[in-house]
Parts: sequence; C-alpha cells; structure tokens
Amino acid sequence: MNKVYALIISVIVGLLLVYSASEFPKWSDPNQPASLHVSPRYIEKTVEETKVPNAVTSVLADYRGYDTMFETSVIFTAGVAVMMLLRRPKNGKRP
Amino acid sequence: MFEMILSKYNYWMYILLIMVGFYGMMAKNNLMKKLIGMNIFQWSIILYYISIGAKKGGTVPIIMDTHSAAGQAIRAIDYINPLPHVLMLTAIVVGVATTGIALTLLIIIYKKYGTLEEDEVIEVLKK
Amino acid sequence: MVRDLDDIIIRTSARIMVPFMQIYSLYVFAHGHISPGGGFQGGCIMAASFILLAVAYNLNKVKTRLTERRNALFCSLGVFIFAATGLVPVLFAGNFLDYGKWSKVLFTDPIMARYYGMAMIELGVEITVMAVMVSIFLDLATAGKHEKILEEKDVRNDTE
Repeated sequence: MNKVYALIISVIVGLLLVYSASEFPKWSDPNQPASLHVSPRYIEKTVEETKVPNAVTSVLADYRGYDTMFETSVIFTAGVAVMMLLRRPKNGKRP
Repeated sequence: MFEMILSKYNYWMYILLIMVGFYGMMAKNNLMKKLIGMNIFQWSIILYYISIGAKKGGTVPIIMDTHSAAGQAIRAIDYINPLPHVLMLTAIVVGVATTGIALTLLIIIYKKYGTLEEDEVIEVLKK
Repeated sequence: MVRDLDDIIIRTSARIMVPFMQIYSLYVFAHGHISPGGGFQGGCIMAASFILLAVAYNLNKVKTRLTERRNALFCSLGVFIFAATGLVPVLFAGNFLDYGKWSKVLFTDPIMARYYGMAMIELGVEITVMAVMVSIFLDLATAGKHEKILEEKDVRNDTE
C-alpha cells in the first residue's frame, strides 16, 4: 500500500512540474532571461579586467569568490564531521 | 502543440529523472536504496541547471584570440552562459559532502541496530 | 602462493600510473586559467591517485606515505591559504577578497595581481579537496578502526 501511495504522489508532482515547464523558454534560445542580465557583462569584461580567458574560472574565483570560500569550508566541515563520528575510542581515553 | 513538446525535450527528460529519484526516496524500504534515490534526485537537478545555459551556435566560454581582441569586440552571443556551470560546481561539492556524511550515519546505524531495513529499525526504536 | 601471483599485473600497473596521475593533476590545476580545469578538478585527480594505491595494495601503504597527522594538517592549510589571500587586501585599505590590492605586495599592476590572486586561491582549494577526499575514504573503508585493521594480517600480505 505504501508503494502505491508513493507512486501516485510522485506522478502528481511530475505532472505539476510538466505543467509549469510548458511555459519555460525553448532550449538553447539566445534571448532567454537566464543569459541576458549579468552574464554578457562577465563574458565581455573578463579579459580586460582580469586577463584570464577562461570565463568559468574568472567568475568562480574572482567575481563570485565569496561563494567559493564558503563552499571550501563546507567540505572541510564534512571531513571533520566524518572524523568525529567514526573515530571514537571504545573503552579508555585514547588521545 | 507537437512543436512545443519537441522544442523543450530536455525539460521532459530531467523531470522523468526527478520523478524516479523521488519515488526511490519514498517507497523503498532499505536505507541504502533511499540514499541512492536521493543521489539520483540531486544529480538530475544539477544536469537540469546546466542544460539551461546552452545557446544556439555558441561555443565553450573560453575567449579565443585574446591578442586580436584589441581591435575587435568580444560578442556575448558567441559564447554559452558560464553562470550555471559555476553555480553547479558548488552544488556538486555540497552533494559529495552530504553523501559522505550520510554513509557515515548508515555505518553507525548498522553497528547499533544490526540491520538496515527501515521497519525493523522503527520496531526496535518503539520498544 | 597463487594469490600473490594473481595480483602482480594490477599492482605493477598501479605503481606505474600513480606518479603520472599526480603530475597530471598539477597540470590540470595550473592550466585552469586558459583551459577547462582549476582547483576542484585537480584535487579530485590527486585524491584518486591515493585511492588507487589503497585499492591495489593494502591501506598500510597509503598510511606510511600520507600519515594521519599530515592529512589533517593539509585539510586546514587549504582553507587558511584561501582566507589569508582574502584578508591581506584588508590591510591595504581594500575590500575583503579584492585581489587588486595585492599589487602593492607583488609589485605588478592591479590587473596581473588579480591573475595571481586567482592562482593562489585555487591552490588552497586543491589542497583541501585532496586531503578531505582521502580522509573520508580511509574513514569509511575501515569504519573508524584504523589501528585494528592494520595488523599483522595485512602486513604479511605485502610482498616487499
């Protein structure tokens, strides 16, 4: 019974997504709103402001460097958390 | 009507993958299979975002011939959108961190209860 | 006896591949400015070289080359390099993570200072990603009990 409910719910969610995706722009349209506001400025100014031809690296490390710093701290926290959860001394306090 | 289906077929494919991952998360009994369903969900959303950044007739966003760009302007219509690629790099790393910690929790649950099936764990917890 | 000769092709080819993988990861990191690549990609390839050694041999071989203390040091060294590259411009009356002000320390013009600042933070990201991936793999593979797993049973299998 559980699986039938789960199937019905996921089909309903899928149909809702299909209905809302029918109003999206066409695939690989050059005039869609995702590529109109900020990203032409990044592409045109990346060589004259930073002399780095790779637009992805210059956006990741220079224009959006704050996000990259916190994402590095996220993966550091995950490493520390796995260390803390799994390495416990059984009996007696081992440093 | 038929052209609307055919011109946006990337959305239909990724919505199918999202539904598969969502069903796997809810309906399966084993905790490991739920984790795999969550992983499928995560990666299909990343693929969906990357498919948004495509442009017809555009190429990889690495600016070629920078030395002759002093006389010639760089047109943004020649290169695809770099922003979804950048944001999804962060999302991929966050997904890897989440999977690592979830596998750790599964090891601890197995050590403590001896089983990975969800209903048996809930039975032991109720007592 | 038969088991030792079984693994000889895998072990020899793993030993040949590991130094090339590490040099390739440094190339991917250094070419991040002019071709696809950068810090995350290079760090994952470097971690994969250690994991290949752990899978082809036993875990002891990785632990003697990259000890636990040095791995934890590398984890935090990468984040420290990133934050230090961002805090030095604050000393010279700039914003946080404003690499143009590094030109006063490096004696170049502000545009090339942004180029070098990007290379420095990618180095920090690569070190952190490599150390965390190897640490998570070793913790999950032994379920936490590093010292109990690496006993005489594993050391006896080592054909050196």
